[in-house]
Amino acid sequence: MQSWNYQKDISGCGLSGLINKNGERVSGEVIVRSIATQHDRGNGLGGGFAAYGIYPEFKHHYALHIMCDDRTAQAEAENFLRDAVYIAHQERIPTRPNPRITNVPILNRYFVKPRAETEGTTFDKGLGEDDFMVQVVMRINTDVRGAFVFSSGKNMGAFKGVGYPEDIADFYRLEEYSGYIWTAHNRFPTNTPGWWGGAHPFTILDWSIVHNGEISSYGINKRYLEMFGYHCTLLTDTEVVAYLLDLLIRKHGLSIDVACLALAPPFWKEIDRMDERRRELCRAVRMVYGSALLNGPFAILFAYNGGLVGLNDRIKLRPLVAATKGETVYMASEESAIREICPDPDRVWAPKAGDPVVAELNEGVIH
Amino acid sequence: MREMEIDARGIYYRDLNRIIRDAVAGGERRFVLRNVNGQRYIGDGIEGKIRMEVFGTPGQDMAAFMKGPEIVVHGNAQDGVGNTMDDGKIAIRGMAGDIVGYGMRGGRIYIRGDAGYRVGIHMKAYRDKVPVIVIGGKAGDFLGEYMAGGVIILLGMFGEDTNGRPAAGDFLGTGMHGGAIYVRGKLDEHMLGRGLKPAEVTDEDIKVIRPYLKEFCQTFGLDMNEVLAGRFSKVAPATHRPYGNMYAY
Repeated sequence: MQSWNYQKDISGCGLSGLINKNGERVSGEVIVRSIATQHDRGNGLGGGFAAYGIYPEFKHHYALHIMCDDRTAQAEAENFLRDAVYIAHQERIPTRPNPRITNVPILNRYFVKPRAETEGTTFDKGLGEDDFMVQVVMRINTDVRGAFVFSSGKNMGAFKGVGYPEDIADFYRLEEYSGYIWTAHNRFPTNTPGWWGGAHPFTILDWSIVHNGEISSYGINKRYLEMFGYHCTLLTDTEVVAYLLDLLIRKHGLSIDVACLALAPPFWKEIDRMDERRRELCRAVRMVYGSALLNGPFAILFAYNGGLVGLNDRIKLRPLVAATKGETVYMASEESAIREICPDPDRVWAPKAGDPVVAELNEGVIH
Repeated sequence: MREMEIDARGIYYRDLNRIIRDAVAGGERRFVLRNVNGQRYIGDGIEGKIRMEVFGTPGQDMAAFMKGPEIVVHGNAQDGVGNTMDDGKIAIRGMAGDIVGYGMRGGRIYIRGDAGYRVGIHMKAYRDKVPVIVIGGKAGDFLGEYMAGGVIILLGMFGEDTNGRPAAGDFLGTGMHGGAIYVRGKLDEHMLGRGLKPAEVTDEDIKVIRPYLKEFCQTFGLDMNEVLAGRFSKVAPATHRPYGNMYAY
């Protein structure tokens, strides 16, 4: 068992994200400069990025990023994959040596489509493609020892590991990618180990999430998700948010706003003062989705192929700042992280606790 | 008067603060910092008659433990401005982040625009040491949380936040057991921390806040008469130990 370096220091995780609403892509170099401004919010035990629009040549394939502890795990994961999916292309994820990035797992990516015929396999019958891929991810993460799928969406990818984000970016050569949405995370692990799988973002399909804070409702959220076939294997609270988004928005068809209402609902004392329509909605959401409520301090950024959303816990126990410049929307833990890459924004504001900042691609923009 | 100008672009916070400290130790009294972006701890723990102008966005915990200097920020400030500040004056021309004046025990912090959550949390006063925060714009929730002393004045007039919400956020003065919060304009009782009630201001109260409002208006070139034309409410704890029986059984 690897022993991880626990050092205690007074700090907090750092987040940064941007979206160009016209779908124009920018180099990874931009988000790296932003997150590096918040270097001291992390302690070198986790850095990561999510990028959207980076695989246009395989945009109809699910891009699986898989980390494996050793060749045995890789072989087992690939055996499993060959039975479950068609692999259009597979390769090592391109990296370069960085002296500060060590204990690197085997990192591969696979561009895949689900096999049509699951007759005679152990997969549930009649699954849609997305549901099938969720099962593939869950099965590898729970059943294949030492293998973890850390990215599984179309035309997007997560890149993460143990190290400061600017070193992780150098390691993954992120300046060679361009995307219309980027999120970044600088980790300061408090309660759970700083290991490669535990770095942010956490993802499922094209949902990705970066998080600053603690999900103290993790146990309730995890048990709730298990009822729907989601299994938490990455040893970190944030993982539940990725699966909750998939469940609430993709599976249950909630709008982004209503899903955010479930994650960070108003207090009952506020609900009591609402007009009747709003009150009924909030009551219903709190009753039906009580087990999806995220308790504890958090600022999160989550992204999907169509947009970027920032959300705070209901009493703003973690910082979040947003800004716009033309068609680009920025969100970060600190204003300086935005100004580093956008010195003269049109508007800067601190979002209200519990109110999501939703920035979606403009209508007609194809991703 | 002699003035030391520092281009802070790309300088790591430790190096920047070392330059400032060394200069203060060498007798420098006036500083202009340009292209500041995110450097933490600027002006922390410095003492004496020093004036510092900051252009850009200073990082977390600016002016913590500061004792005497005056800092002007030409822009927005981030979180933790004036943490446990002892004396001096901070003027922020833009907006400020969360927990401004955390545990502040003296001096004045003037914010022209909006301020974040938990501003003035656990401020305290002792004899002639009375910390003061004036916010020209609106404030986030938990203004003056656990406040033990000092003065907070909230104007709701000059911020960017124009979404129609009241100047004060929710849970104002929660756990407050000393000091006073003055709010210009409407103040709903349901926004206050448990057990608090807004009161009309008296002539005595106006006498207390007038000098601070005057300095605030002079600092930012604002019209004092316009500020005083509004109605103020006052929130103060009913007794000095309002929660004395909270955990008693």
